[in-house]
This record gives sequence, C-alpha cells and structure tokens, in this order.
Amino acid sequence: MSVLVYIDQSNDGKLKKASFEAVSYAAKTAELMGGQEVIALAIGAADAAELSQLGAYGATKVLKVNDAAFHSFDAGAFAKIVSEAAESVGADVLVISYNSTGKALAPRVAVRLKAGIVAGAIDVPSVNDKFTVRKSVFSGKAFADYTLHSSKKVIALNPNSYGSKKSEGSAAVEDFATSVGADAVKVKVLEVSKASDSIPLPEAELVVSAGRGLKGPENWGMIEELADLLGAATACSRPVADVDWRPHHEHVGQTGLTIRPNLYIAIGISGAIQHLAGVNNSKVIVVINTDPEAPFFKAADYGIVGDAFEVVPKIIEAVKELKK
Amino acid sequence: MNILVCICKTPDTTAKITFSDNNTKFDTTNVQWIMNPTDEWYALVRGIELKNQLGGKVTVVNVGQSDSDQIIRKALAIGADNAVRIDAEPVDSYFVASQIAAYAKAQNFDVIFTGKESIDYNSFAVGGMLAEMLDIPYISLATKLEMEGNTATIDREIEGGIEKVQVDTPFVASGQKGLAEQLIPNMRGIMMARRKPLNVVPAVDVETLSSITEYELPPARSSVKLVDADNPAELVRLLHEEAKVI
Ligand SMILES: Cc1cc2nc3c(=O)[nH]c(=O)nc-3n(C[C@H](O)[C@H](O)[C@H](O)COP(=O)(O)OP(=O)(O)OC[C@H]3O[C@@H](n4cnc5c(N)ncnc54)[C@H](O)[C@@H]3O)c2cc1C
Ligand SMILES: Nc1ncnc2c1ncn2[C@@H]1O[C@H](COP(=O)(O)O)[C@@H](O)[C@H]1O
Repeated sequence: MSVLVYIDQSNDGKLKKASFEAVSYAAKTAELMGGQEVIALAIGAADAAELSQLGAYGATKVLKVNDAAFHSFDAGAFAKIVSEAAESVGADVLVISYNSTGKALAPRVAVRLKAGIVAGAIDVPSVNDKFTVRKSVFSGKAFADYTLHSSKKVIALNPNSYGSKKSEGSAAVEDFATSVGADAVKVKVLEVSKASDSIPLPEAELVVSAGRGLKGPENWGMIEELADLLGAATACSRPVADVDWRPHHEHVGQTGLTIRPNLYIAIGISGAIQHLAGVNNSKVIVVINTDPEAPFFKAADYGIVGDAFEVVPKIIEAVKELKK
Repeated sequence: MNILVCICKTPDTTAKITFSDNNTKFDTTNVQWIMNPTDEWYALVRGIELKNQLGGKVTVVNVGQSDSDQIIRKALAIGADNAVRIDAEPVDSYFVASQIAAYAKAQNFDVIFTGKESIDYNSFAVGGMLAEMLDIPYISLATKLEMEGNTATIDREIEGGIEKVQVDTPFVASGQKGLAEQLIPNMRGIMMARRKPLNVVPAVDVETLSSITEYELPPARSSVKLVDADNPAELVRLLHEEAKVI
C-alpha cells in the first residue's frame, strides 16, 4: 500500500512549486493513513538531481519517466502512465495537484482506475471509518465534504491550499519502465509562450487586484509596482478583463479563477457577489475604495476608504521602507 | 462537423447558498437556474460558430431532470440544432460523464465541448472523464480554437502562459474565456427553438464513487479594521506585524 503523487514540471524539466506542495500533502496523507510509502512519479525532462529534492518534502522514492516522447504534456498518454505506475506500486491513493496540468490529467486517471475523485481538495483527508476530503463549492460560497466509496482514490489538490513543508532528506530516483509508447501521444505541442516571468496567479500567496475604479489600463503601473515589491501576482475584476484592460487569465471570481491566497488586496473593486465568490476564502483581505458603502468592506479584514491614486503610491513607499 | 456541447444548469450567480437536512442537502427553494456561464458563453457559441463556418450540426446534451428544459431551450434559441436530455439527477462528475459517454459512443461526434467548470460543484472534471471514457484526446482550458479539415489548432491556458497545440478529431475541449463572445438569443431564435427537437432519453446505471456527506458555509469575517487614508503606512505595519502576511 502506498500513496502515489504526480510531479508536475515545466517543459525544461524544472519542478513546479505545486509539485512540492503535492508531495508534502501526500506525506501527510500517508501519515494519516498509518504510515504508508510516498512514491512520486515524474514524467518529463527533470533529471535525478532535480527530482531527489522531493525527499525533503516526504517522498520515499521517485519514479522517473524521461523519454523525449513525453516531454510535453498529453493528458491521455500521461493518464495511461500514471495509472500504470499506480497499479505497479499498489497505490490506493493518488495525489495530483489541480493546476492546469492536473485539471486535464486527474479526471482521466480517476476514470482509468475507477477511482472516486475529490476534484479540488483544500484540506487533508479524514480517514476514520470513511475517507472524506473537503473541497470548495459554489465558487467559494461554501465547502463540501466529499466521501469516496471506491477502493482507489484520487485527490486533486487545489494549489496553495496546503503549502509545502520542507525538512531533511533526499529520495532515491529510479526509472519507471512504462509500456506506454509514443503512439499514445495524440496532442502535438507547437509552442509555449510565457505571458511574463511574473508569478502565476493560481499559485500566488499574495495577490494585488484592481477593478474598474482604476479608470483605464494606463493606470496599472502602480498596481504592478506594488505587486512586484511584495512578490505578488496581479489579478482583476471581470469587466476589466472583458474590455481588455488586463489579460483574461487575471480575471478572478465566479466565472474566472477561484483563488485563496494569504493576502488579497482589492483596489477599486466594488465587491459584487460574483467577484467575492472567487476570492472570499483568501486568508486576509484588504480593500481600498473611495466609497465607504462598497460591499467589499463587509468581506474585508482591513480597509482604507480613499482614492487609489493617492493611497497606493503611499503604500508603495511604506512597503519600500519595510523592505529596506 | 458533428458537434456536441455539454451544458449544465447552475444556480444564478447572485443566488444565496443555503443548506437543508442538517447541512447535507443544497436547498434549492427560491433558486433561479441559469445555464452554466462558461458552457453558454464559450463552449456553445464556439460550437455554433464552427458549424456556421464548416457546416454540420450542433447538439446540446444535458444530464438532468425537467427543470433543465429551460436552459436547453435557451441553448436552442442561441443556435444549437437539437438537444438531448439524459433523464437523471446528476450524482457527481463521474455519473454525468458516464451518461454522456454512453450516449456519445454511438454518435460519431467530431468535437465535444464542455465548459471549463460548473460554478456550483466547480469540479472541472466532466470533460476529462468523458475524453477518457471515449478514449479520445482532451484539451482543457481552450482560449482559441480553429479547425482546418480534421485538425484543430488550439490555444490552451497554462500557468502564466499559453500552450499552442494541434490535435485531430475526434477530441474533447473545455472552453474558457477568449474562445468566443457571448451571444444573446434573438426573437427569431427563440421562436425557432420551440420547433427544434428536445429528446429525453433514459439514463444508464452507474456505480456511485463519491457523495457529499456535509456542507458548510465559510466562517463570517470579523468586521473590517479601517485605516485612515492619510496614513497607509499603518496598513503596511498591520499587514506585517499583526496579520503577518507580508
Ligand atoms: C453571470 C455573471 C458572472 C460574473 N462573474 C464575475 C466574476 O467572475 N468576477 C468579477 O469580478 N465579476 C463578475 N461579474 C460582474 C460583477 O457583477 C460586477 O459587475 C463586477 O465585479 C464589478 O467590477 P468592478 O468592481 O471592477 O467595477 P465596479 O462595480 O464599477 O466598481 C468600481 C469600484 O471602484 C471604486 N472606485 C472608483 N474610483 C476609485 C478610486 N479612485 N479609488 C478607489 N476606488 C475607486 C468605486 O467606488 C467602485 O466600488 C459577473 C456578473 C454576472 C452577471
Ligand atoms: N449535468 C450535466 N449535464 C451536461 N453537462 C454537464 C453536466 N454537469 C457538468 N457538465 C459539463 O461539464 C463541465 C464541467 O463540469 P464540472 O466537472 O461539474 O465542473 C461543465 O462546464 C459542463 O459543460
């Protein structure tokens, strides 16, 4: 019996932050289940040195499939390899980070293994007489406890909901001989374009977000500056993305991304219910708005009633002072 | 092009979420149903555009009971050609995907669209499951999709960027913002929708792999601590020393 954790990596073989979190979560799950082995499976270009780091997060062993045919992601082919590895190590529980890769992979793996899935887990399982995992539903307006009835279980973990826990150790890395061939790859990746080097929003611990109160795209300089200083990602409300002031992938809320960073700073956003739904599980919420009646203040921990164009530059100065 | 679009009903985005039966059931009293926004705005519209461009037909499928008929009629009014409702209350994503797979197996669809996720159960799972059950490729989070012959070129969103991929039909794609622009049904569409077929078919038996045992509302936040607009440095201090987030 073991817990198998899928390790996501970029095309150049660097492990994604979400992978360290997934291993930490898998280690905790294994412990809760009475001390099972934690086996990591990495498909891609990552080498043994990169992969052995996972030991410090709780992996007992790392299986690696490093074949040029699988250097870019194909949900179908990867699902076959992950399922094969799960069978071969006798894994009952699989942990897959629910990032953009995981969202394509985990549901396929669940079907292959006929495993129940918690698609978007936000907490560790409770494993008494039932196997139950909490997930966010109604776009953040509520939580639901999912009980899995199948013998095999897939936990698709929402990024940034457990955190990575590093200690000592390095893991042995072994090749996993898969029977899945290059013909399983049906999706050809033509090119990958990175939007920027900035922190991807779904993984961000700190987020600076702005809305229509900023009046126009030319005013986002101060938002980006504050985000840079804090090491935060930037986000926006839906109307701002709709009129292309900001890229679509920054849109948070009920019809955009649901996020739960440690800190969410909302600047010039009214706090409509559809916006709140996507962000109200953030640990700390700060609202800056000229209108003291803006609904967002009711969902905030800290607030400033004031003009963003005056307040934000002063915050930037104060953060610079703090970082000195 | 034979196109299938999976649509589900969700509570209106302003719906207040409450639970009954000791927090074990979603209380649907007073809930207004809408078509799941990403299904309507992106998946369905792109399906209709492809059909207009390349010929063929668009079928919408829903797993649900008669309270779904209103959103199915709306999809027909927007421009789908026909509709199928698989008559069952959805249990979980696996149940829904199994029903759609059972129906789609016999139909030879070239492209199957889903929305990226439902705004009620937010599982993002039906599309991937369906692709696995049909053993065809799955491209999630499509923000752009062009067809040439049997080959699609698709932009899919990844963390902090875009991956451009190529895939042959048949495949499943989940649609998201960027893929298309919302279409409002016009009067003619609404009239025509009344004459379009809505076939109700029975569900197949599916094993239950998961169930929700309890719901909970997030804890209410304590009231906001306001900082004077003239002194934002105080906010920074609080975030650093009190909240310890920066
Ligand atoms: C089906 C549906 C789905 C939706 N999904 C989403 C979603 O996912 N995400 C989302 O964000 N929205 C969503 N919306 C839209 C939502 O209802 C609101 O319209 C939207 O969130 C408002 O964006 P905003 O707060 O940026 O703009 P506004 O509501 O225009 O608010 C601007 C705010 O800025 C303040 N302001 C103005 N000037 C300044 C200044 N100088 N300094 C500081 N503050 C200032 C104003 O007081 C106001 O509160 C959805 C709507 C529908 C119908
Ligand atoms: N009951 C249903 N009937 C038809 N399609 C559905 C149903 N539920 C979900 N879907 C489709 O699957 C997508 C993802 O849903 P989910 O996995 O619940 O987040 C939705 O955007 C729909 O396109």
